[in-house]
Amino acid sequence: MKLKKPLLMICTLALVAVLAACGSKDTQGDSSASGTANNDTTSTELSGSVLAVGSTALQPLVEQAAQKFMAESQYSKIQVQVQGGGSGTGLTQVAGGQADIGNSDVFAEEKLKDEAKDLVDHQVAVVAMAAVTNPDVGVDNLTKQQLVDIFTGKVTNWKEVGGKDEKIVIVNRPASSGTRKTFEKYALGTSTEDLKGSIQEESSGTVKKIVSESPGAIGYLALSYLDDKVKVVKYEGVEATVENVASGKYPVWAYEHMYTKGEPKPEVKAFLDYIASDAVQSGDVVELGYIPVSKMEVKRDVDGNISK
Amino acid sequence: MKAMDERPVQVEPARSARWKKHHAEDLAGRSYTFICVALLIVIIISIVYFVASKGLATFFRDGVSLSEFLFGTTWDPEGNNGEPMYGVLPFIFGSFATSLLAALIASPLSICASLFMTEIVPGWGKKLLQPVIELLAGIPSVVYGFIGLTVVVPFMRNVFPGQGIGIAAGAIVLSVMILPTITSVASDALSALPRGLKESSFALGATRWQTISRVILPTVLPSILTGVVLGMARAFGEALAVQMVIGNAPHIPRSLFESASTLTSVITLDMGNTVMGSAHSNALWSMALALMFMTFIFVLIVRLLERRHRI
Repeated sequence: MKLKKPLLMICTLALVAVLAACGSKDTQGDSSASGTANNDTTSTELSGSVLAVGSTALQPLVEQAAQKFMAESQYSKIQVQVQGGGSGTGLTQVAGGQADIGNSDVFAEEKLKDEAKDLVDHQVAVVAMAAVTNPDVGVDNLTKQQLVDIFTGKVTNWKEVGGKDEKIVIVNRPASSGTRKTFEKYALGTSTEDLKGSIQEESSGTVKKIVSESPGAIGYLALSYLDDKVKVVKYEGVEATVENVASGKYPVWAYEHMYTKGEPKPEVKAFLDYIASDAVQSGDVVELGYIPVSKMEVKRDVDGNISK
Repeated sequence: MKAMDERPVQVEPARSARWKKHHAEDLAGRSYTFICVALLIVIIISIVYFVASKGLATFFRDGVSLSEFLFGTTWDPEGNNGEPMYGVLPFIFGSFATSLLAALIASPLSICASLFMTEIVPGWGKKLLQPVIELLAGIPSVVYGFIGLTVVVPFMRNVFPGQGIGIAAGAIVLSVMILPTITSVASDALSALPRGLKESSFALGATRWQTISRVILPTVLPSILTGVVLGMARAFGEALAVQMVIGNAPHIPRSLFESASTLTSVITLDMGNTVMGSAHSNALWSMALALMFMTFIFVLIVRLLERRHRI
């Protein structure tokens, strides 16, 4: 009986300590992380933990790479954790120091203002997107202007762009989504508002399901999602293939970024180097439907300028 | 303390030891529950504070006026058409429309189910129906959403004009989800009814129908309404299942079969893609604040109904 009360007190204190630690994590996450990094530099074998947060479009690649990375004997002491949450979350958390790596579909400069200067960009893959329609609309090719007309609501029937007499149903991603930003920026050249009656879906999987089932539907998907259930439309007569993207003929693509705050600590650098290695770039990257950065014959900067 | 302890020692040592033990146990239990309650209160207050501090930033820091927020019909937080606009009326409309419609569909079904279980076939009816209803309550909302997307949406598309997506599909999915809530509250109220009430009605020569419709239902009406309000509160807060079938266009729809949004669906849709502290993210927190405020009102209504119910 005399033991119980101190026990209770200890429990309470422990709880308070845990709660306090939760509270201070936001501000001190960065300093504690750099503390572990300092310890690691003294030992030859890297150890520690790496937290990568952000883009759901990039998540499958990072997850698969993390599994293989941790299985390698020289990295076995490094724990890599991969979380989704979206590009905005990834950038916020890496800029705030809660995460070691922020995965993003867009350049940090497009989302953040001043914080973007501290972030170091690591481009790990390229994702290309294509406009897709329900198979029954009977359209094979759309020009940039036709796409703009469709997504801004000027054209509301497929027969106006050479298809069947069927009402057009737009299936969008949310206005803040990275996939939509890429599609609007490089395929339409303009941002669009959400029209009355248009559909917005949170994930590419749902977009594909709805486009494949709804008569007259149009949406856009990353190349890795494409199959026979939806009709892939040519853009300005160019087919959305890996070769056309690499040569720069097909313009609707974006880099997948993994941002770190400042120069990465050793175990994070090891992981980033691993993803950039040939084994992953020509293996997992291709296998999961991304395009390796090394394959690209053209480069693109933040403002969308293309150089060979 | 010391003086109190010494007195029983002089009288009877054995009893005093027991007294001390019970006293200590009592104190331990008491302090433990106090700590738990204090923790709960701290958690609730911090959640409210956190949501409020983020949500109010829209009005105080980003300079959006409350009337523009609540009654504006244009939602364009990224500023695609010039100035960013933060009108959430379409979402508030969507939330109310789906949850009211869901309650409208679910209430008659639930009331009949609970009458069936308690009045009409109390034996095997209850044994059969109770587990089924409890099972309904246990199905995760993502499963409801997925079923909605694969079964309800194509069905609506074939039967009604439009894409099958919209408030009607959302309300149907929600009505199944809130069925267990209303049914269990209503059947609890029905079985708690004094036997004498029913028996005196029968003794006066009333038929079963007359007894149910004129005696039982009017008596338990406040409780049933409590169940309906609780169900609506659940429907109001449900995000995932609705988001999958409602279409999420930020406009007030012209029909029940046109893409619309609710407060919750927009929050889940945009949360991950916005940067913390940006005006867009703050607007989402303001919507969360509005949702919390609505829940508060629902709780208030339930309290009022309960007070009236005491016979």
